[in-house]
Amino acid sequence: MSRPTSLAPALAAMAAIARPEPLADAGLHFGFGCADVDVRLGGGLVPAALHEVFAAGEGDEPAAAGFALLLALRGARPGPVIWLREDKARMNGRPYGLGLADLGFDPARLLLVQAPDTLAVLRAGADAVACAAVATVIIEPWGKATALDLTATRRLALAAARSGVTTLLLRTGDPPPSAASSRWQVAAATSAALLANAPGMPAFDVTLLRHRGGIAGFSTRLEWDRDRRAFGTALPGVAPAVAAQRTRAPRASPARRRVA
Amino acid sequence: MLPSERVHREHRQRGAASPEAPFALVAKDRGSLVLAAVDTRALAQGLAPGLTLADARARLPELVAVSDDPVADLALLEWLADGCDRYSPMVMVVPPQGIVIDITGCTHPYGGEPGMVDVILTRIVRLGLTALPALADTPDAALALARHQLAEVDDLPVTVLAVPEATHLALRRAGLKRIGDVARQHRPALAARFGADMVMLLARLLGDIDVHVTPRRSPAVVAATQRFAAPLAQVDAALAVIEALAVRAGMALAVRAEGGRRFEVALFRSDGHVANLAVDTAAPVRDPGILIRLLRERIGALSDPLDPGFGYDMIRLEVPVVAPLADTQLQLEGGTLADGEIGALVDRLATRLGRGRVRRLVPGDSHIPEQAAFDLAFADIGSTPWPAPADGEPPERPIHLFDPPQPIDVIAEVPDGPPRRFRWRRRLHEVARHEGPERIAAEWWRRADGAGLTRDYYRVEDGDGRRFWLFRHGLYGSEKAMPGWYLHGLFA
Repeated sequence: MSRPTSLAPALAAMAAIARPEPLADAGLHFGFGCADVDVRLGGGLVPAALHEVFAAGEGDEPAAAGFALLLALRGARPGPVIWLREDKARMNGRPYGLGLADLGFDPARLLLVQAPDTLAVLRAGADAVACAAVATVIIEPWGKATALDLTATRRLALAAARSGVTTLLLRTGDPPPSAASSRWQVAAATSAALLANAPGMPAFDVTLLRHRGGIAGFSTRLEWDRDRRAFGTALPGVAPAVAAQRTRAPRASPARRRVA
Repeated sequence: MLPSERVHREHRQRGAASPEAPFALVAKDRGSLVLAAVDTRALAQGLAPGLTLADARARLPELVAVSDDPVADLALLEWLADGCDRYSPMVMVVPPQGIVIDITGCTHPYGGEPGMVDVILTRIVRLGLTALPALADTPDAALALARHQLAEVDDLPVTVLAVPEATHLALRRAGLKRIGDVARQHRPALAARFGADMVMLLARLLGDIDVHVTPRRSPAVVAATQRFAAPLAQVDAALAVIEALAVRAGMALAVRAEGGRRFEVALFRSDGHVANLAVDTAAPVRDPGILIRLLRERIGALSDPLDPGFGYDMIRLEVPVVAPLADTQLQLEGGTLADGEIGALVDRLATRLGRGRVRRLVPGDSHIPEQAAFDLAFADIGSTPWPAPADGEPPERPIHLFDPPQPIDVIAEVPDGPPRRFRWRRRLHEVARHEGPERIAAEWWRRADGAGLTRDYYRVEDGDGRRFWLFRHGLYGSEKAMPGWYLHGLFA
C-alpha cells in the first residue's frame, strides 16, 4: 500500500525539523581573538547559529550586554547589528552611542528595536534573524521570559542556520533548556588598574556553560582590547582558561535528545 | 433631525428599544434647561428647539429628556461623510447637519443626477437617518435649497442670505422677498443700498463667482478603486483585491518613475462604515508583494480587528505621498539589494510595533552627556560620523545611560572628593577604583540666568568589578552647600 500523498509534505516538514542545523566549516568561525580561548573552541563560534549570553547575577547585565556587543563586533559578517530590547529593559538605561564607540563598536551599524513584551521581541527577532542582510541580531527579553522555551530557541536556531545571521540571546536568571549552539555566563570582573588606580579596559569573567559541539566548559577572565578589536587574557594574576566547575549537575540537553 | 436620530441609532446599536414617548435633547443655557433638538413626534406635538424644558413638560408631560451631545452629533456627521467618499472625492462637512458633495463628473455610474440622489437616499434611510437632498450649482445654494425644501433658487426667501437683521428689514421694506426678486435687480444699485456683503453672498448663491467645495482630504497622487456587485465578506478576499489594486497602483507609479512612501487603504462597508488602514515605508516602494506584507502586519497589529460585517462593497488604495524611485537592476547591484532587504525589515517592524520603536543612534553636538548622543526614529536620520576613541584609553563613556540620572546616596572622604561608597537600588557598592573628576559645566550660554550647576563625573569600579559613571551635581561650597550625587551610566 502506498503512503497517502497528503502526508508527504508533512513528513518532509518533519524531516526538515529533525535535521540538525548544518555546522559551518571551521574556516568560517569567528574567534575571540585570543589564542587560548579560540583553541579550546576549535577555532571559534559558529556564525550562523544561536548563542546565549547569561548575566551571572543581578548587576551583571551591562557586562553581559557589553560582551554580546563585542561578540557582534568580532563577527566578520558585513551589515547592520540589530538590538531588540523589551521596553522594560530601559530600567537599565538606554544604549549610549558614545560608550559603544568607546568600545570600538560603530554605533551607526546599530539598529535599535524596542518591543512592548517578550512575545513581540521574539516575533521581531524571528523576522530579523530571517533577513540575510543582517550581520548580528541581539535579542534581549526582560526577566525570566518563560515564552522563550525550547521550541522558541529551536526556531531561532534554525532560522539563524538558514540565513547565516549570528543570533545572540541576552538573558538573565537560571538557564532553562534551549537549543542554543553555545551558552555563556558573563559577570563583570575587576579590571587591570591603570595609573592612579583608575578603572582599566572592560574585563569579564566568562564561563562556557554548554556547547553543542561537545566542547567542555571552561571559565576564563577576558579583557577587551579595543585597539586590536579583540579579547585578551592578559590580566595579571589570573590563571588562563580553567575548566569550569559547574554549580549544577550537567544536564543532558533535552534539545539534543529530541533531535538525535 | 440628526441629533434625535443619533439617539435612536445608539439605542438600536445597544439592542435596546427606542424610547416610546416623544423625546427631546436638552442643553443647559444660562442656568435653565432648553430643548436643543426634538424628535418627529415631539415636533408634531408643537414642541420646537429653544423652548425651556419646564415649558415643554407643561405641554407634554410624557416628554423624555436626553442630554444633548454636539460632539457625538459631529462625529456621526463625520462618519457619514467618510462613507460619502465613495461618491466623490470632494466631500465637505457643514456643521451642524450638512454634508456637501461635489458630484461634478461623478454621476455616470448611477445614470445621472436623480439616480445618484436615489442611491444616496436609500443608503441613508437604511442607516435610520433622514436626509433632505438638494441639487444646485453652488454649495451655498444646495444647502439653502435643502433647508427650505425648494427646487429653484429663485423661490428661496431672502432670509437665506446671512446679512445683518437691518439689511433684512431694508429688503422687506423694498418689497424684495424672494431671491428671484433680488437677482433681477441691478447689482451696483443693490450694493449701494444694501451693502457689498449682501451682493457677494448673492453671487455665491447664484454661482456668479466660482465657489469650490473644500474637500476633507486632498486627492491622492495615485489611486485605484474596485467596486463589487455583491459585498465581500472575508478579509482574505479583501486582501486579494488590495493586492490587485497594489499591482495597478504599482504600474501607475512605475510610469511616473516614483514609489509610494505612504499607502492608505479605505474599505467601504455596505452599511456605510469605512475602515482605514495606512502604512508608511522608510524608502519609496511600488512592489505589491512588499505592500501586502506590510498591510498584513498592520491588520495584525490593529487593536480592534477588521470586521467585514455584512461585507465590503468598495475598496480603494491611495498613494498620497510619493518619492522618485528609478528602476533598479537588483542582480548587478548587490548593495542595493541588501539595503532593500534591511529597508523592508525596518518597514515590517515599524508597521507592527510603531514607527518610533525602530531607532538608530545619532551623535549630538553637545558636551552635556545626555545630549551628546540620541536614539531617533529610523526615518529621520542623516549619517553623522562618531568621534573615534583615542588609542590605549579605556572607555570614557558608559554603554547604558540613564535619562534622567538616578539619584544615589554617596559617602565621600571629603565633600569635594571622589566617592568612597554608594548605595544604588538598595545595594551598597564599595568603590575599589576610580578616575575623575571629569568636570562638565552647564551650558551657561544657553540659559537665561547664565548659571547652572557644574557636574563632576567619576568613573568608578566596585569590588565586584562593576563599573559605574557617577557625578556630583554642583561644586561643593561655591555652587551648592550639599551637592547631590547621581548615577548616570553603566559601563560594560
